[in-house]
Amino acid sequence: MSSTSVLGGVVRRREDPALIQGRGRYTDDVKLAGTAHVAFVRSPFAHATVGEIDTSEATAMDGVLAVYTAADVEHLGKLIAQVPVGTLRPLLNNGTVKHVGEAVAMVVAENPYLAKDAADAIMVDYDPLPAVVDLKHSLSDEVKVHDEASNTLISWVGPFGADEDALTELRDGIEAAKQREDTVVIEQEMTNQRLIPVPIEPRSVMADYQAGYDRFDIYSSTQIPSALAGALGKYFGMSLNQVTVKAMEVGGGFGCKLNVYNDEVLVAFASKQLGRPVKWTETRREAANSTIQGRGWIAAAILTGTRDGEILGFELEGIADMGAYSQNFTVAIPFLGLFVGSGQYGFPTYWKMDCVTTHTMTTDAYRGAGRPEAAYYLERIIDMYSREIGMNPADIRRANFISADDFPGAVSPMGFPMDTGDYATNLDAALEMAGWSGLISERDAARAEGRHVGVGLATYVEVCGFGPSGLVDLGFSWAEYQMPSAFNGSSLVRIHPDGSATVSIGTGPSGQGHQTTWAQIVGDGLGMSVDRIRVIHGDTEESPPSVGSFGSRSAAVDGAACFEATQKVRAKAARIAAHLLEASEEDIEFADGAAHVAGAPDSSVAWGDIAACAYQPHRLPEGLEGGLEAHSIFSPGNATWPFGTHIAMVEVDPETGDVDILRYIGMDDCGNVISPMIVDGQIHGGIAQGIGQAMFEDAVYDRDGNLLSASLVDYILPTAADLPSFELSRTVTPTDVNPLGVKGIGEAGTIGSAQTVVNAVVDALEPLGVTHIDMPLRPRRVWQAIQDARS
Amino acid sequence: MKVSMSVNGSPVTADVESRTLLVHFLRDSLGLTGTHVGCETSYCGACTVSLNGQAVLSCTMLAAQAEGAEVTTVEGLARNGELHPVQEGFWERHGLQCGFCTPGMIISAVTLLEENPDPSEEEIRRGIEGNLCRCTGYHNIVRAVEYAGAKMRGEAPAPAEWENA
Ligand code: FES
Ligand code: FES
Repeated sequence: MSSTSVLGGVVRRREDPALIQGRGRYTDDVKLAGTAHVAFVRSPFAHATVGEIDTSEATAMDGVLAVYTAADVEHLGKLIAQVPVGTLRPLLNNGTVKHVGEAVAMVVAENPYLAKDAADAIMVDYDPLPAVVDLKHSLSDEVKVHDEASNTLISWVGPFGADEDALTELRDGIEAAKQREDTVVIEQEMTNQRLIPVPIEPRSVMADYQAGYDRFDIYSSTQIPSALAGALGKYFGMSLNQVTVKAMEVGGGFGCKLNVYNDEVLVAFASKQLGRPVKWTETRREAANSTIQGRGWIAAAILTGTRDGEILGFELEGIADMGAYSQNFTVAIPFLGLFVGSGQYGFPTYWKMDCVTTHTMTTDAYRGAGRPEAAYYLERIIDMYSREIGMNPADIRRANFISADDFPGAVSPMGFPMDTGDYATNLDAALEMAGWSGLISERDAARAEGRHVGVGLATYVEVCGFGPSGLVDLGFSWAEYQMPSAFNGSSLVRIHPDGSATVSIGTGPSGQGHQTTWAQIVGDGLGMSVDRIRVIHGDTEESPPSVGSFGSRSAAVDGAACFEATQKVRAKAARIAAHLLEASEEDIEFADGAAHVAGAPDSSVAWGDIAACAYQPHRLPEGLEGGLEAHSIFSPGNATWPFGTHIAMVEVDPETGDVDILRYIGMDDCGNVISPMIVDGQIHGGIAQGIGQAMFEDAVYDRDGNLLSASLVDYILPTAADLPSFELSRTVTPTDVNPLGVKGIGEAGTIGSAQTVVNAVVDALEPLGVTHIDMPLRPRRVWQAIQDARS
Repeated sequence: MKVSMSVNGSPVTADVESRTLLVHFLRDSLGLTGTHVGCETSYCGACTVSLNGQAVLSCTMLAAQAEGAEVTTVEGLARNGELHPVQEGFWERHGLQCGFCTPGMIISAVTLLEENPDPSEEEIRRGIEGNLCRCTGYHNIVRAVEYAGAKMRGEAPAPAEWENA
């Protein structure tokens, strides 16, 4: 076990001095002369035909520049999506609205207050229609979301690619196991509730169309600047070099800024129409109703196993809520769940998820995106099984893991090749760190005193860092956004004539510390202080195209490109240094801002001198071109499969239903680690979001499709007082699909945590006979479960 | 209408619409964009500023209500190029990721430590309960405030967790 960096040392984050002094620049901080402001008119109904839209009063108001409705923007087409299964969103809707918060009209005015006043003055006639919100109801097609199509958009079935015969054989095998006398069958329907991502920074976009130059500068709080540039280029018939997207500081994203939104297109449209900069920042209520949400599954899990802990089959059948329209990834999210449907285990697994529409906001990627849901069902049902047969939850998992000996070459029962894994070592490290037997005695002692203390454990494997590039041939490109492939990383390293360096990279971070990590990679490779290295990201003019930051991919894919570009620069610099020092290229080493000759401490040349030479071609060795920079496109050999074990100890107050997390232990394995500080920070935040789902958060729609939790008063996020300090450590199983050996850590904390907490709470209440409680485990629900179990 | 107050030690006077919120006065009239808006329901704390030494939500008060007050925003904490110990703590202990909650969080932590120079972990967690952070899980924010508290008491802060690893 080790938690030191592959690059050595911890570097304080370079983005922090600006941010801690209030000098960071987020999109809403940008001020351009003459900026006009936008407000939207949004449907208050989940399903209604739109009649007359009376804009006359608004248009006549002083300071109102324009009012746009569907007729003005129809020629642009619908909102494009990368996975266009389902109905795409109209930019503005004057036909039949399909969810509360759907945009009907847009006002542009001199200031935000006026825009809001004018939007309030627009009168829209709605004729409400029945809405479908419940997933089982949607499946029946009794009320359709889109008249022309079934509510069921697609059904994902695993193992992936298995034909009918193979599926029948698999299911017959599990059925036969159920009939055996030595087996038990555990079945439970569980909800994985809808969540609202809630980055603390609301989304914001500003478009600055410069008519004199026929080009756009777009500032957006987005995770995918290149995709936004590509989309806007398409909408407005402009080439990629006419649209620059800048994502400056982005105040959290968690997947919800991984969409191109209709508001971004509309703000750009207005700027082009009016010839002025135009800006819109969502309110928190708009964020809830009109920015994508996550999760929203109900499913029944069935586990079949012997009484001594051998699992013979796992089946999951359920329904996933897509909301009304398909956006960027929508139906692909449950597919990501299918990837890890059998977790880190080797047992036969049948998996089926129907993706259905409802009259609610679109769902899409929210931290983990399909994988937390899949892991939740699997780890909850295994937990129930371990209680049923009275076997320790760690032993039962260890007995069913894919073995470390199966790597390399392991293929999951879902049909996907996995990179590297050593699950038992990780589990054992977690048990040791937690002091498992001590925890159990502590729990038992507390129980003897009449307290309701529980210990929960869950393991996970996830999949992230997509590549490889060849996935585009299977239809997974990002061509809709003019990106030939979403599965490459891209990075450019340039040495300036003074020997300082700039790395530009296509990532779109929202707090992950890329200013620091990329500088560390370059600094380590070039023997240069990070203070001499500037990092540019999230700017499509300066950075080579790459798809942005999501799916825990930046370090494993773009970071690897950064590493390779660094190696190319280093190789060329070594040739120049060898020439200058009259030494052999193989003997050149880089450290302390200079190239040195191995074994000859006095013989060295500083980066400034190497660079100066590089820009004076006549001084270069024969055959070497001038300049000192390199671009690398990296395509990983596979996705990466991080894994881990989480353990929680909780206490439940049976009188109130309050849950108190006494300890939380995370043992994660994300391969090599560049910055232990940043990696731990990612896990902390990830765990907090998993605990948020387990205990607090719930996007609740009523039967008519009204979102009842649209404000932060009703959508409850964990506060500092709700959470414990987390105890973290890690095992290190490097991946072999990229040269850094890193797997990615952005989502792992979230993927491992919700079920850990629920397992612990159920353990605490087991003596009362509670076997399952659906999330979120708010006091009232826990209290009710206790009452139900008692009666 | 005219409002006058002291912001970060300097007197300011400006003409604003009477409905102007303090946060918009700071951000738009004074260009102090360090104070952020994360909600409109006084629930996130991103807009927290210090008003006469008390942490207040600048999204729920009018600029006019701050007439004559001493307002400190995150921009006013560093003195002569020296970070405030709380700012230093956030940097040293990785107390921020996206940084959007950070200005409000730092102001709350400063007022907390002024009232209670040696808070327990529990007291720190209660003290910043009104500031939501979606990135850090609060773990390193607590470490940052502990660091700052130690510094302000003239003690050596505990080593960072990654230094122990
Ligand atoms: S902006 Fe959220 S409390 Fe003020
Ligand atoms: S650091 Fe992102 S919200 Fe706190």
